[in-house]
Amino acid sequence: MTPTPTPPSSPSPDRVRGNESEHEDGTEPGHKAGDASDTGPTQSTATSTTTTPNESTMNTTTQARTDTRSGDPLLTVENLRTVFDTDDGQVQAVDGVDFSVHRGETVCIVGESGSGKTVTSESITQLFKSPPGSIADGSVVFDGDDLAARSAEELTHIRGARISHIFQNPQGALNPVYTVGWQLIEAIQLHQDIKKDDAREEAVDLLSRVGIPEASARLDDYPHELSGGMKQRVMIAMALACQPDLLIADEPTTALDVTIQAQILRLLRDLQAEFEMGIIFITHDLGVVAEIADRVVVMYAGKVMERGSVYDVFESPSHPYTKALLECLPGHGSLGGIPGSLPDPIDPPEGCRFADRCPYAMEECRTGAQPAFESAAGDGHEVSCVHYQTADDPSVLERVGADAAVGSGEQRSGRTDGGTDDGQERTNGGDHRE
Amino acid sequence: MMDRSGRTEVITVSNRSAGRRRGNTGSDEPLLSVRNLKKHYPITEGILSKEVGRVRAVDGIDFDVYPGETVGIVGESGCGKSTAASSLIRLEEPTEGTVRFDGEDITEYDSGEMKAFRRRVQMIFQDPESSFDPRMSIGDAIAEPLTVQGLTDKPRRNEIVADLLERVGLSESDADRYPHELSGGQKQRVGLARALSMNPDMIIADEPVSALDVSIQSEILALMNDLQKNFGLSILIISHNLAVIRQICDRVAVMYLGEVVELGRTDEVFANPQHPYTRALLASIPTADPTDRGMGVELTGDVPSPSNPPSGCRFHTRCPEVIQPEGYEFDQQTWRRVMDLRQKLDDSALNVEAIREMLITEVDEYETTEEVTTAETKARLRDEFDIPKPLSDPQAEAVLESAIENIVTDNEDDARDLLATEFATPCETQSPALEETDAGQTASCLRIENELPPTELDQTVRSD
Repeated sequence: MTPTPTPPSSPSPDRVRGNESEHEDGTEPGHKAGDASDTGPTQSTATSTTTTPNESTMNTTTQARTDTRSGDPLLTVENLRTVFDTDDGQVQAVDGVDFSVHRGETVCIVGESGSGKTVTSESITQLFKSPPGSIADGSVVFDGDDLAARSAEELTHIRGARISHIFQNPQGALNPVYTVGWQLIEAIQLHQDIKKDDAREEAVDLLSRVGIPEASARLDDYPHELSGGMKQRVMIAMALACQPDLLIADEPTTALDVTIQAQILRLLRDLQAEFEMGIIFITHDLGVVAEIADRVVVMYAGKVMERGSVYDVFESPSHPYTKALLECLPGHGSLGGIPGSLPDPIDPPEGCRFADRCPYAMEECRTGAQPAFESAAGDGHEVSCVHYQTADDPSVLERVGADAAVGSGEQRSGRTDGGTDDGQERTNGGDHRE
Repeated sequence: MMDRSGRTEVITVSNRSAGRRRGNTGSDEPLLSVRNLKKHYPITEGILSKEVGRVRAVDGIDFDVYPGETVGIVGESGCGKSTAASSLIRLEEPTEGTVRFDGEDITEYDSGEMKAFRRRVQMIFQDPESSFDPRMSIGDAIAEPLTVQGLTDKPRRNEIVADLLERVGLSESDADRYPHELSGGQKQRVGLARALSMNPDMIIADEPVSALDVSIQSEILALMNDLQKNFGLSILIISHNLAVIRQICDRVAVMYLGEVVELGRTDEVFANPQHPYTRALLASIPTADPTDRGMGVELTGDVPSPSNPPSGCRFHTRCPEVIQPEGYEFDQQTWRRVMDLRQKLDDSALNVEAIREMLITEVDEYETTEEVTTAETKARLRDEFDIPKPLSDPQAEAVLESAIENIVTDNEDDARDLLATEFATPCETQSPALEETDAGQTASCLRIENELPPTELDQTVRSD
């Protein structure tokens, strides 16, 4: 394969491209949290032209307050609840999830399997099978339009055209009996009223843009003739066929080798800068999160535990679950994983759902509703944990931790590399105090 | 009480054997010693199944596993690591080579001896889902090897099962459950229990945690560590995940296209990788540090087909540090790109017509490929490979320019010959051998053999 070719910027006539030249290396929009000037002209246009029907509701949540600094989000998910009716009862796969995605921003949803991250992403365009699945509550506002209230037919026009998905297993997502060109052209013609020859030209253009060498020759290949990494590139090309505003990537690199994963992550980052897309990236690999995320949403048992910019979450992980996840990373000292398993999704426990596995759990953790979000170190960094409510004293968590989890205190070291603010002192503090 | 006494007995059994092995450790003899192991799959054609080629999945690998040691084999998919594991215990007959286990060559064993040998080496697999019979309770699954090996006393079997379940962190009552009732992590624990039921000397684990969540991975790896200590096991672990290897292995072998390219102590290999492939692999691991992005040096392309492996050093078609030709000055990255072009040309995979077609889609004035000018095709070809124009070395530029001229005017053979003589690299002709390096481990790279300095590429080795 050749290095990702950068074709001269001569897209098909109907393509309206963003300000390519503005985004050279390192200036991806929204890359640095809080740097609104970095986000380029396209975004400011969006801010001024988009009507803001949901502004009032948005201001009621702290999440929205932090987002408004860089314009209206492209997607706002609020209090989303997705349930599945089963013979044993109702499975609450997603239970009150809020997050938002801006243009040109990558939001990573991270958590163990069974934490509801995939269902969350499928709920956006209602890709799950219904029945048994249904959205019980909440809104999914995409560009000012509540998708949760849309009919299946209306959603068909949005899926693929404005919101695209990439899945984990490219082998399973491509049809083995048609050439990749046929499948790409189908995807293009489905959403654009153009002639087959034009669609073919566009397909070539797309394939070369996702770094497939000699794209016009590859068009007549069948999926089995391509390697895993190439197939995932084809999937990405297909997802980009209609210049989506939002790309949802569900574990797109999990099935790939680490070298190919690096290629695909690089590609997604370049394409995002080029197309000004919002990306929702679902993964359980925190290394990948650190590599590409702008913001992180940590999910556990259908609930959001912590959210914030990638820098804040990695530098001062605040929720005990986030800390535990980070410590599970090989090379971070603690062998042993997170003891216990996910709670029953049909009858989840009261209070914090992580309480049963949490070394810092107290009596309050097991009663009432999920603890409300409180802000932690960093702008827009929020955590749903009792210990941030009882007092605003950052050392609470570590002190409780030192008492409650004697012996595990040592494991909780090593994540942060020194602190500049309270939050970081907190995460370091426990060890020194011992 | 009954139960307890039974368990003690089993523990005594394993402690005894652990003691036996500890005796071995002193003697410095490897438990498993693999020499020149090859596994080739014939490619056949026609009704007579004439052999027309061979897939060299494993092509001459050597390594040892000492008692109580954990050795890892790591590489991209398709590098032959799983084939190596299955052919060294003769799940598939190796084509060539010797495998000595505890001093005896197992490739010469007959079926009776193999059965006895398989008691001592057990395997666990990647997918815990498919490695259990869904209609067999996990107690029966664990006891099955015991039955196969002739333990007919049922109460005794149950005692052993109960003991094993507790040792892998499950409970005795789980014996009556069925695989679908267990989570992936629990199933992998049962897999371990089943492997341990024969009280083996060695466990071969083929991607034991890659189907599991990161939190569960870490649990299973910790369990494997504990079991190794308690049972004095040797473990051979196959994984594509360098982080897993780093966490539990004492030594690691890095494989590429059926060959071991680097072998050494895990800490040394990770701290100071000697082979460019190891360096590239390590640099591709995303770190859990958002301030350290960039993914190091990019390894282009996919693993070549093992049916027709590249000549010389097998990694030279992708190696970012491929040695430069004598007499020319290149920026290393540019040189790699020129090599990419050469590679494509040599494989006859360069399609000039396709490049003209690309130009048609990109430039509106053109309707047919005949209209596309030579100059433009040449420029587009360079673009395709990201080769700057002109190259910094005017001599090299002249050679490249005339080669590209030949390519677009349909004289591919001339271009091939020109590039082969002018831009020749020792990497494509000489096969490097595994050699001791200054860093402690062995690696096979011509840069080491010829004592060339490392390139100035951005080889950020992740220390995280």
